Amino acid sequence: MKYTYYPGCSVKATANLYQESIDAISPILGLELEELEDWNCCGATAYMSVKELMSFAISARNLALAEPFHRDVVTPCSACYLVLNKTNQYFTEYPDLRKKLGQALEAGGLSYSGNIRVRHILDVLFNDVGPEKISSLVKKRLDGLRVAPYYGCQIVRPEMGFDDPDDPQSMDRLIESLGATSVEYPLKTKCCGASLMGTEEDLALRLCCELLTGAESAGAHCIVTLCPLCQMNLDVYQSKVNRLCRMKHNIPVLYITQLIGIALGLPSKDLGLDKLAVKLTKPVKEILQGA
Amino acid sequence: MPERVGVYICHCGSNIAGKIDIEKLAGFAEKLDNVALVRDYKFMCSDPGQNLIQSDLEAGLIDRVVVASCSPLMHENTFRKVCERSGVNPYLFTMTNIREQCSWVHIDEASSTEKAMDLLAASVRRAVYLEPLEKREVAINPRTLVIGGGIAGIQAALDLAEAGKEVVLVEREPSIGGHMAKFDKTFPTLDCAACILTPRMVQIGQHANIHLMSYAEVEEINGYVGNFNIKVRQKARYVDADLCNGCGMCWEKCPGTRVPRKGNVHEKLSLGPTSSIYMPFMQAIPAIPVIDRESCLYFQKGKCRICEQVCERNAINYDMEDSFEEFEVGNIIIATGFQPFDPSVIKRYGYGTLPNVLTSVEFEIMNCASGSTGGKILKADGTEPKSIGIVHCVGSRDKHYHEYCSRVCCMYALKFAHLIKEKTDAEVYNFYIDLRCFGKGYEEFYDRLLGEDVRFIRGKVGEISRWVAEEDEKDQLIVRVEDTLVGAVRRIPLDMVVLCTALEKQDGLDRVAKMCSVSVGKDGFIIEKHPKLGPVSTATDGVFIVGVAQSPKDIPDTVAQASAASSAVLSMITREKIEIEAATAEIIEEKCSGCRICNNLCPYLAINFDEEKKVSIINEALCKGCGTCVAACPSNAITAKHFNDKQIFAEIEGLLSAR
Amino acid sequence: MEFEPKLVGFLCNWCSYTGADLAGTARISYAPNLRAIRVMCSGRIDPTFIIKALYEGADGVLIAGCHPGDCHYQEGNYKALRRYKLLKRILPEYGVEPERVHLEWVAASEGEKFAKVVNEFTDKIKKLGPLNMKQSIFDSMKEDIVVHESAGEEKGGEADEA
Repeated sequence: MKYTYYPGCSVKATANLYQESIDAISPILGLELEELEDWNCCGATAYMSVKELMSFAISARNLALAEPFHRDVVTPCSACYLVLNKTNQYFTEYPDLRKKLGQALEAGGLSYSGNIRVRHILDVLFNDVGPEKISSLVKKRLDGLRVAPYYGCQIVRPEMGFDDPDDPQSMDRLIESLGATSVEYPLKTKCCGASLMGTEEDLALRLCCELLTGAESAGAHCIVTLCPLCQMNLDVYQSKVNRLCRMKHNIPVLYITQLIGIALGLPSKDLGLDKLAVKLTKPVKEILQGA
Repeated sequence: MPERVGVYICHCGSNIAGKIDIEKLAGFAEKLDNVALVRDYKFMCSDPGQNLIQSDLEAGLIDRVVVASCSPLMHENTFRKVCERSGVNPYLFTMTNIREQCSWVHIDEASSTEKAMDLLAASVRRAVYLEPLEKREVAINPRTLVIGGGIAGIQAALDLAEAGKEVVLVEREPSIGGHMAKFDKTFPTLDCAACILTPRMVQIGQHANIHLMSYAEVEEINGYVGNFNIKVRQKARYVDADLCNGCGMCWEKCPGTRVPRKGNVHEKLSLGPTSSIYMPFMQAIPAIPVIDRESCLYFQKGKCRICEQVCERNAINYDMEDSFEEFEVGNIIIATGFQPFDPSVIKRYGYGTLPNVLTSVEFEIMNCASGSTGGKILKADGTEPKSIGIVHCVGSRDKHYHEYCSRVCCMYALKFAHLIKEKTDAEVYNFYIDLRCFGKGYEEFYDRLLGEDVRFIRGKVGEISRWVAEEDEKDQLIVRVEDTLVGAVRRIPLDMVVLCTALEKQDGLDRVAKMCSVSVGKDGFIIEKHPKLGPVSTATDGVFIVGVAQSPKDIPDTVAQASAASSAVLSMITREKIEIEAATAEIIEEKCSGCRICNNLCPYLAINFDEEKKVSIINEALCKGCGTCVAACPSNAITAKHFNDKQIFAEIEGLLSAR
Repeated sequence: MEFEPKLVGFLCNWCSYTGADLAGTARISYAPNLRAIRVMCSGRIDPTFIIKALYEGADGVLIAGCHPGDCHYQEGNYKALRRYKLLKRILPEYGVEPERVHLEWVAASEGEKFAKVVNEFTDKIKKLGPLNMKQSIFDSMKEDIVVHESAGEEKGGEADEA
């Protein structure tokens, strides 16, 4: 299974642990991710609300670059996934915008006809690889590990079609395929505060606190997510959350690809586990070592 | 002498005159060929308006009539009758629609007037080519078919039967009674549903004029007003209705389980016996059980036959097959009721995944004294809830599901609140958008509930989840709602939540509608003839609608509508004869080449081939005048009366004749 | 001045005409260019009606009937669809753009849709511009579609006899 890989900026910088785990598990799962040459910013959700047309144009350049390969574009970042899909949809639905974007691309010697499908890596892991295959490749079953599946907002809303916007299930099934238990986590699509962390920090920290409390009271040993921004807010800011809300949260926040990597028996240094801000706790380590 | 057309322009108060320059239109009409006179009047449909036409016709000033006013669907018949009264063939009249399709839909007066001129010119041109047609009359069969045996069908059937007319009542379920039979109390009077419904059900079962076919479905409807041919499928009960005396031995001994006997209180909710051979509830009419094939051990595994052994009357018959009955009726009443909206599609509310989230119908069953909980309000684990939330407008007043208001939920939610307060010590929360307590005694009931310590929170519930934060919330449901009166998002832990689900069109209503040639609206309910003036009639003569088949309504309104429909049917029956469409198709034998192309086109099998003359002939009694054969005839041998080629060509010419 | 096309609509009595009435009852305003002719069923619409309308000066013709499966006469709308498709194939041979004839299903409940259909069709024909018909093209069909004069004569004859 060969795809055009669009990494986005996060996984190349703050979230490079995500990238490392993707690089580690892809060959084992039979995923060939060929990075798009000369890719640029996805258009970014924040920029989209300031200069919409410009943002669409930047975004469309990536799609135009990808089109000649006639392969699905896969991205690990929920924001990139949302923006690229939005560009694609608007490009098809609004002739006026299509015309303008066409002109912008032409100025750069490019063209786009709207025939690229943009997918999230979770979609690929769940629908193309599938829980059965992953389960068959597991070397260390994660029996006893209780995981809170946290999807965040951008992957399921607005309805992108591959999972339910209110109660997504794909990551739950993947977690179960590794032998772990996916706990009942009603907050799985609630807001993590997103980029408010930069502008309204207290508010964002309180939102994170609700998510962390929810996971802990559901008896989860760790949270698993698939979005670089969600992961950073919950992981890196956990100590700040504790200070503001006077809590003692201590719950590791992993990427789903890291969890899969552990179950596939890969060494933790290949999966970027050492780069987590909240280190793996004792019970998690015990289960992982026992596994 | 050339045709003399009288043109009558209606102002319709300001409805037409406000947007169309009547003087200009009249001046234009006067110059048209064949127009003998032009008059305009405030309301042409009023008595003085009609008299204008009548006196002109009687004085012999004109011989054709054009009325430019509203839609022909509204008043064509009114003016046809004026012609008839004046001794002129009603088919020498035509109507110009300058209201619905002109003054009401165009903003600009100049273009409205221009369009009205074109439409009027077309009608005048058409009027010249109109031909007198002979009235056709058919006898009306005095028997009536009522589809659906809920409170709507029961009321309509009893009204007709009491008036001495025969009724065939067809009910899909094993018993009549419908949803009302599942209720414990009815709002706002809190009288016992069974006490008012059961006597009527018994009356239906015993009435000499009512032929009750339960566990049966209408398969085919053919024919037309006064003479419908009906085919009904009697589904196999596997119990001989003539032999069975309803003793109940069979369901007491039956080892099969239609409703699970294990499981929690909510999974076991049921009104009647839970066995495979069962009655839907104990007061069922007819009081004859049915075998549920899906759970019957004999049908599934080939072994058991216990019911056969214990039946002293030998009424069990496993070899029974569906049978068909055909009969004729003169009129049809559709009273198919509703089905509740399935809230599991709203994932945020957790119905089907979270325990203790119930639908209103399930809650009704739980409250019913003869149900599996004996009328007790219980959580899934069998304990009494300490707090219950009632969520209004689930699936209704919601653009994602149904835009309409279901009209009954506010009131039954109040009834629920009262019952909970009466039976338990639980706190009750009503989550509402608006409280619509519009009927007789409804507002007073709401006022009473305010004094019963029921909490009302104005806001649409965002989600129901298990987002537990405290230890004592462990087994509770967390409702998150924006309290719009306080202006804050609230988080309310509750033991149980009842979802007031929308009333939806009954499953299969579209099939019934199609068989009866009536249309359904975008909400799936049948469209009435006129929203104000014809609420029980439909576009098809002889087909009437009652209850939720038309739109959501409560029991008082349904019963009123049922009596209205039965009186409309009685009025038809008493007439004995009815005029039917005279505008049929006709084959001109001399032109027919005998190619038979038309023979297979007719959906009513009205066209046959005369082997002797080698031409096709149309049976006018069967023809409904659609004109499909006319357009298909390669020799132009078929004419559609009142819509013939000449008339339509003339209309086209009129429309486009440059002013 | 902007070109205002003249459009003729053939509406079936049960669904589309009722739907158009509903647009009226609901006061949904739409372009005034379309003039409607009511027929009992879209199955009644003879292709010559459409040719006749174009010949008489219409710039476009709209056919509207019940949705598939909803025909009051069971299947007249299917016949209409069949004839419509055939006619669309023939039109270019007369030098008429096939887009000038348009079929749409409008139910009795779809007042809003009716208004939308009329607006869109009007816009489409506005863009196409006036229909410039070559007189000669229709001469061959004259017998079938020019009814007024000949019918008038016939009428006159009848009147004489009477």
